[in-house]
This record gives sequence, C-alpha cells and structure tokens, in this order.
Amino acid sequence: MAQTKRQMLIDPLVDNNPITLQVLGICSALAVTSSLQVSFVMAIAVTLVTGFSSMFISMLRNHIPGSIRIIVQMVIIASLVIIVDQVLKAYAYEISKTLSVFVGLIITNCIVMGRAEAFAMKNPPVASFIDGVGNGLGYGLILMLVGFIRELFGAGSLFGINILQTVNNGGWYVPNGMLLLPPSAFFIIGLLIWAFRTWKPEQVEEPEYKIQVVDAH
Amino acid sequence: MPEQNGQNEPQKGLIRRFLDLPTDSVPKTLFVAVSLCLVASMVVSAAAVSLRPIQQVNALRDKQINILQVAGRYDPQANVTEAFSVFEPHVLELATGEFADQFDAATFDDLAAASDPETSIALQDDPASIGRQSKFVTIYLLRNDDGSLDKVILPLHGYGLWSTLYGFISLEANGNDIYGLQFYQHAETPGLGAEVDNPRWKALWQGKKLADDSGNLLITVAKTAPPQGEEYHVDALAGATLTSVGVDNLVRFWMGEAGYAPFLAKLQAGEI
Repeated sequence: MAQTKRQMLIDPLVDNNPITLQVLGICSALAVTSSLQVSFVMAIAVTLVTGFSSMFISMLRNHIPGSIRIIVQMVIIASLVIIVDQVLKAYAYEISKTLSVFVGLIITNCIVMGRAEAFAMKNPPVASFIDGVGNGLGYGLILMLVGFIRELFGAGSLFGINILQTVNNGGWYVPNGMLLLPPSAFFIIGLLIWAFRTWKPEQVEEPEYKIQVVDAH
Repeated sequence: MPEQNGQNEPQKGLIRRFLDLPTDSVPKTLFVAVSLCLVASMVVSAAAVSLRPIQQVNALRDKQINILQVAGRYDPQANVTEAFSVFEPHVLELATGEFADQFDAATFDDLAAASDPETSIALQDDPASIGRQSKFVTIYLLRNDDGSLDKVILPLHGYGLWSTLYGFISLEANGNDIYGLQFYQHAETPGLGAEVDNPRWKALWQGKKLADDSGNLLITVAKTAPPQGEEYHVDALAGATLTSVGVDNLVRFWMGEAGYAPFLAKLQAGEI
C-alpha cells in the first residue's frame, strides 16, 4: 500500500468516491436526502459506523474464517448501528424521529460492507479506520450536495431555514415537489456522476462491450 | 481469590488454543461465531439498557410538548414538566363517555391497550384503517383558574398515505369548537403529506366546528367547502390528496359514534 494516510482520507472524497465512482450506497442516498439536516446526521452516522466497523473487522481479520466472514462483518456492523441508533434516540430525539428507519438501514448500506470486504479484511486497523472514515465522508459529501439541491428547490429552505419563501407560506416560490420524492435523487446523482467524470475523465470506465460495426454489403 | 486464579489459568489457555487453530477449521469457525455473538450481544444490550431511561424521558417529553402545543400552552423557554402539570389526565371509556377510574391515568398505556383483546375491539367498519380500537384512551382536561373546564385534548390516529398518523385534537369546553389539531408521529411524504405539520395548515383548524346545531357531524377536510359552510371545512393539502382523505377519515371517525361522540355529548351537556 503506497498510499499515505492523508491520501486514504482524501481519495474517497472525489477521486474514489463511494457513490459517484464505486456507485455504492445509492439506495440510502435516495431515501434520506430530502432535507439537509437529515443528510447531515446520516453522513455522520455512516462515517462513524464505516470507520469503527472497518477498524474492528481489521483487528479481527486474521481470525475471521472465510466461510462465515460476511456474517461476522454483518454482526459487527449491525451492533455498531444499533448503538448509534440508541445514542441518537437518547441524545438527539428529534433527529432520530426524522431519520426513523434509515439509521437501522445503515446495516444494509453497501459502502460499509464494501469497505469491510475490500479494505479492512486485508489492512491494519489504523489504516482501515482512516479508509472507513474517508469513505464515510465521501458518501456524506454527495449526500450533502444532493440534500442541498433537493431541500433548496423542493422545499425552499436549507437546514429548515427558509431561503426561498414558498407559496404555501405566503411567498412567491412554487416548490418543485418532485425533488422531495426519492426518484429525483436518481437524476441528481446521475448528473453529479456526469459532472465528476467530465471534470476527471480518468474516472470514465472502459466500455465492457464494443458495438461491432459491420460494413454493409 | 487464589482458587479463581487457578480456574482462570487453564481457561486462558483454552482461548489461546482456539485462537491458534487454523482460521478455516471447523472448531475455530464455531469459536469465532459464538464468541463474537456473545460479545456483540453484550455490548448492544449494555447500550440499550443504559440509555433506556434517557430515551423514555425523551419520548414522554415529546408527547407532553405535543399536548402543550395543541392546547396552545407551549412556551419553548418554560419547563415542560411544570407546564404539563396543569393538565388533568383521565382514562376514558369510549362507549359510555365515562371516566374509567379502574385505570391509573399516569401509567395507562394506550398503545398496549389497543392491541390487548381484553381492552380493544376489532373494527368491522374502519374508515380510519386502524384495525383494532382500544375501548379506553387517555384524554387530558385543561381547567381555568376557577376550576371550570377550558379545553379537552383527545388523542386520535388513523392511516394516511404511507403511515398511521398519531395526533391530538383539542376542543373548547363546549365540545364542538375545535381549538387545534396536531400530529406527533407520522411518515407522510415530506413537502406534501408531511405538510400536516405546517403551522399555517394547522392554524386552519382553529375555530372550526365539529357538528351543526342538530348534532350532524359535518367537519371535513376537502378541497371545497360543504354546502353547510366554511366553519365545518378545513382546506385539503395541495398535492397530498390521500393524506388529506386520511385526516378527514380519522377526524370524522374519532369524532363520530365509534369515537368520542358519547363523551362529547356529555361535554355539551356540561356534565364534565
């Protein structure tokens, strides 16, 4: 591993972003990004869970039998998620109410499993922790971008503070209701991937198949 | 103490022996699975048990804040428990409209009562889509300083588009004028159905009437006002037809014969 710790942390933000390059964790990115506040808490929760689960899995990596390794990873991830959920319920009750089931669904977030399988099983704990945090932050960055667009244009507010006075509240802005529904995040993430790959063309994948061109007779 | 040390010594050796086994062998696999589950379950239960008191306080506080809000008594600066102490909880038997004094209102659990066959009924005619309805509910009375009744706060719930909406309605002492309606738990679409939380929409409820002088239940959430007039009509939410229909159904259900009607009759007769 020629990567420095700093690179491990910075790389997943843009160059190796879990959402835009690895295309993982899309499902939860659709679900939680209708408001910035929820996106923010979700980003922190996923960063913590990815970081610590990678660290614990890495600590145990030499003792995890191959036949049950996925289950072992799941048990560790699920325990961490339950702890995060319980802590939120105790200390951030309002937010845990808005996040409702999504915290529990971090367990199924592919990024957490993906980093455990791809990195933590083969690398020492500290590096795994940094890699997990980096990927969590990369996920969080996209979540915040999508949340920003969706909340601003869908509800006319940011972090719940009114920016564009909506018609419902006696203002002028007619909010775009579609942005509050999950499918809109597909479009935004798609556009973000396009933007990222235009900016950094090396992220564009090689086409798996080439359409054969046959000369006409 | 020495005996314990003596017992611990070979045990340590045992764990070591397991750890030294080849990772993919069957005993090692079993050992890792069992010990990991044990450790994980202990950590999770420790977290859950140690945080539960704080969580319960939060949930209770949240409910109290909602009751304060629906009664128009909420002041973010004030102490919630203190402000809430002026409310008088009672367990009400829906069918008779009488207070059921066999239950202690402080400990009565509405949710548990609604699923217990002893204290609930399966609904045949179920416009609010709640399945089972408890025969007993906790209601809250708010009295003026001179002891006369000011408002009553009644819990209600029913299905919207995605979720069951749980809330409170507060009525003036005459049992017919609405003071407020507020949902404290739901999972409707943000920006559309979740606009039931919009203060502007909630404000529409204030001053509306449930029924006309001859007792016909007229209150409705709809796009257009019924012929009987605006005072029985709350404008439906734009873009949230199904949530609006759900709110309409649940309010009409709970205010109707299967709900609080017997209690409201007593209220109107001034018997409470």
